[in-house]
Amino acid sequence: MMSNEYIPFLSEIKEVIPHTSIEYTFRMTYEGDVKPGQFFEVSLPKYGEAPISVSGIGDGTVDLTIRKVGKVTNEIFEQYIGARLFLRGPYGNGFDVADYRGKELVVMAGGTGLSPVRGVVDYFATHGEECKGLTLIAGFKSPEDILFKEDLKRWSKTSNVILTVDAAEPDELAAINEEMSPVTVHTGLVTEFISKLTIGSMESAAAVVVGPPAMMRFSIAGLQKIGFPDENLWISQERKMCCGIGKCGHCKIGDVYVCLDGPVFNYTKGRSLLD
Amino acid sequence: MEVTIKQEQLAFLFEAWKDDYVIYGPKRFADDGCFSDTDTIRYGEISGPEEIVFDEKSQYSFKEALLPAYQTLFYFTEDAVKEADGPEKEAIVFLRSCDLHSVKRLDEIYLSNGPEDFYYKRLREKIHFVWMSCPEVFENCFCQTMGTDQPEDYDMGVKWEGGMVKIDCRKKEWVSLLEPFMKDKDAVEAKAPLRNTFEEGAGKDVRIPESLSIDVAKSDIWRDYDGRCIACGRCNFVCPTCTCFTMQDLFYSENGRAGERRRVWASCMVDGYTDVAGGGSYRQKNGERMRFKVLHKILDYKQRNGYHMCVGCGRCDDVCPEYISFSDCINKLEDAMKEVSADDE
Repeated sequence: MMSNEYIPFLSEIKEVIPHTSIEYTFRMTYEGDVKPGQFFEVSLPKYGEAPISVSGIGDGTVDLTIRKVGKVTNEIFEQYIGARLFLRGPYGNGFDVADYRGKELVVMAGGTGLSPVRGVVDYFATHGEECKGLTLIAGFKSPEDILFKEDLKRWSKTSNVILTVDAAEPDELAAINEEMSPVTVHTGLVTEFISKLTIGSMESAAAVVVGPPAMMRFSIAGLQKIGFPDENLWISQERKMCCGIGKCGHCKIGDVYVCLDGPVFNYTKGRSLLD
Repeated sequence: MEVTIKQEQLAFLFEAWKDDYVIYGPKRFADDGCFSDTDTIRYGEISGPEEIVFDEKSQYSFKEALLPAYQTLFYFTEDAVKEADGPEKEAIVFLRSCDLHSVKRLDEIYLSNGPEDFYYKRLREKIHFVWMSCPEVFENCFCQTMGTDQPEDYDMGVKWEGGMVKIDCRKKEWVSLLEPFMKDKDAVEAKAPLRNTFEEGAGKDVRIPESLSIDVAKSDIWRDYDGRCIACGRCNFVCPTCTCFTMQDLFYSENGRAGERRRVWASCMVDGYTDVAGGGSYRQKNGERMRFKVLHKILDYKQRNGYHMCVGCGRCDDVCPEYISFSDCINKLEDAMKEVSADDE
């Protein structure tokens, strides 16, 4: 019997963790191998499928952090209570923690870009002995958009967490700082914090950058400027992955299929990708 | 086994095949063309040799036989899915050399690029190819440039020659069908596969520069297409090697809780192809889309798979409502490479 990759399986929503008014983490039942940075095609019959990256891996569960911004995701937010979702996957290469083991690791995440890389941050924040230090620079548009607040607080106990919002009114900033204590919430773009990084050796450092295209472009440029060689930089690309298995063509960039060869790329490959 | 028969005798094959196979071939759809009082030639089911249009190019390729424009993947209710059934009958497709070469490209994407595609494979295993000769190199064809002018790996070859038809059967199960003709003095043991009789160098002269690289994206030539191309996607839909699709759910109006998921042909030239949730998209300009398509056909597919994707059928040139020529675009690339390398210096 040939296997049919397109047939989804039902997965139960075990828990819903709201972060903001439009971003919730859905903890879904799933048994099987999966890595942070991989993605599932999540679907609701009638509304279609959407590729969603894995933001957490538990015992018999995967976390999918979903933003209510499209046809499928809007509907998921409308009718998730007590419901199940159809899934297929996981697809893509995902992050390999071995690439960062023993290194000084810098993770730069913009907005929902924190979801795919959350597993990597969590791993090294809880296995501090496996790396030479972890700095997370996480940026969000406003205090209302901050995701994974409890994680950020927890990670700050073992790692250097730099949390920033693009802009905030003084009273908003004071309120969010109180809520996020002991983590300080700064204002400014993530790129403004690159020059403040203290890296012992660029050769044994690694940086992962995930976020919107402009944020990734300027962050990479900033990291290169302070001396990061391209082979020590990693990115994760977001594209329209309709099939997830290298057929539909929507995610192709040059000779690369993001769904098969990515979404995680070492920058020596990532730099050559031209949409 | 190779035999030569009269054209009208071809009917015996159709008679022998009709119970076991659905037969597809290029046929004429009268008054169905883009302009008034014009016909269209595209693939459809055929029941006899007289329906095959062998002296003109088909405007659409055979690819619907393997990749239907709309294909139901499964049916669903709220919490159950049921895989759509495949066809019961096997199929035979009459096709030209360029299209036969495109099968290799479709196989590459659907069987080798990532996991095997269940629906493609299911059709592929039930399909048999009958190559048909071209009487001439048609307008806009550049198969000789792309090395696809002669057939490879057919189940049966059919060549029209001066009112007679030469048949080369490579499929064991069909050899017995030719027995009535084997006593004929023209029946011989086939040595080499049949070939198109083309003049050397016939067809459009198209040159892919040896030095071609992604750097050509920086050239100004793509800007021409920003205004000229209207992003209708017809070039993709007639292309025998375009393989893209989009998933689509639909539900039945009589029962809103049941429906089906299907895949439909997609075009990298049409709006929405790259849209990601939240409003992002890539390649908004039509010239960028043209660049993406052209370089896929003659650069990056080869980087990934070792040979060009384009088979030189020229249908994209034939169909473009804005008279944009893909092959003319390729011929501009040599100068475009010079332009970008001069800029770099």
